[in-house]
Amino acid sequence: MKKIKVFDYVGEFGENKDRAQKIRKEILLKLDREKPVELDFKNVSGATQSFIHAMIAEPIRQHPETFFELISFSHCSDLVKTVIEIVSEYMQESLAGGVAT
Amino acid sequence: MKIYFSNNDILKSFNYFLESVDLGRPNELIIKTRSNWLNIHPAALVFSAALASVCGKENTIIDNTAGDSGLYLDRMGLYNYSKTASPYSYQSHDPAGRFIPISRIKTQEDQSRFVSDLAPLLHLDQDKSQTIRYVVGELVRNVLEHSESEDGAFVAAQYRAKSNVISLGVCDNGIGLRNSLAYFYHPNDDSEAIRLALAPGVSGTTNRGVTENNAGAGLFIVKNLSRITRSHFVIYSGKSLYKLLLYDKRTNKPRINANAFDDKHSLYENLPDFHGTLVGIDISLDDTNDFNEQMEYIKQSFTKALNDRRKINYRRVKFL
Repeated sequence: MKKIKVFDYVGEFGENKDRAQKIRKEILLKLDREKPVELDFKNVSGATQSFIHAMIAEPIRQHPETFFELISFSHCSDLVKTVIEIVSEYMQESLAGGVAT
Repeated sequence: MKIYFSNNDILKSFNYFLESVDLGRPNELIIKTRSNWLNIHPAALVFSAALASVCGKENTIIDNTAGDSGLYLDRMGLYNYSKTASPYSYQSHDPAGRFIPISRIKTQEDQSRFVSDLAPLLHLDQDKSQTIRYVVGELVRNVLEHSESEDGAFVAAQYRAKSNVISLGVCDNGIGLRNSLAYFYHPNDDSEAIRLALAPGVSGTTNRGVTENNAGAGLFIVKNLSRITRSHFVIYSGKSLYKLLLYDKRTNKPRINANAFDDKHSLYENLPDFHGTLVGIDISLDDTNDFNEQMEYIKQSFTKALNDRRKINYRRVKFL
């Protein structure tokens, strides 16, 4: 399984959307080939909603079924977990036809 | 233009500070002190720097009669935006532990450097620095993405150890909220633009609500972090200032409202017309204010709001 070490892209705190987009490209490449990816947040203490959004919103939109089967998150701090859940839930709301978030 | 610093330009009374501002004659700026004791929120300082940047350093004067108290203006870097030489001489030393002088952030990489420097500069441990890094990350990103300002974001912060509060100001001299939201949302006035900017799912870059790059949740979350920690929060753009008021202490936890105008607040609509956006926030770092718990509370409110609208069984992401 492909493992992406988020720390290597963003350091200890994720807030840079340009860097999030680099990770997003890698995720999309794997999802397009139906390959699993582990997003390893080891040593990343926190991240903004904007960062997580830029990283996973489009993969969820393009692969609403396989995203949840093929993408896994490891070593997440409580904050990172919470923000990932916020983004994943409003993305599903958005895809279900809800008005924005 | 004229800016007057009084002895108490804090967020609680920020409307008085703005009411005294004169934005006429935009090709010059005079910054005057009106007291020999200054207590100035970083939001007032970054606002001054943003205006000074509009008219140019060579056209900005600081008329400081505050005596020793005026040293604060120098330490916070305001003289760097003025042709007036600082009257203060002192042994400059590392400002760590107290404040971050006015900084200009123009790129995402500038932002990342600034955010990573926050904790050591303010001498905060990792837990306590999470909130400020989160808030700065979201507010500065907003400026870089939406303001269209060539000058980027002006940011300053101060940590008061006694009250355990970080005061933060972020300002730009860009197009303002109303213009930023005009294309997709057509706000009727500046107040409507502020209400939209604070609502979840509204972004100036799209009317689709959620796109690959934007969800319109940044300001919504930052405002609610202030709300649930009983901290001050103001946002000023055009002629309007929104000031979040503290909820009753007897309330266990305040309700998170999608509409910021449903929160206890004050709105001032006839202020000097500022072509940019200013956000001021005080963040309490009290030990009882655990950032993870705050975010979890916002998430639960957020999820509840979504579920109230549509009954969706969300699929869970996989945490290993």
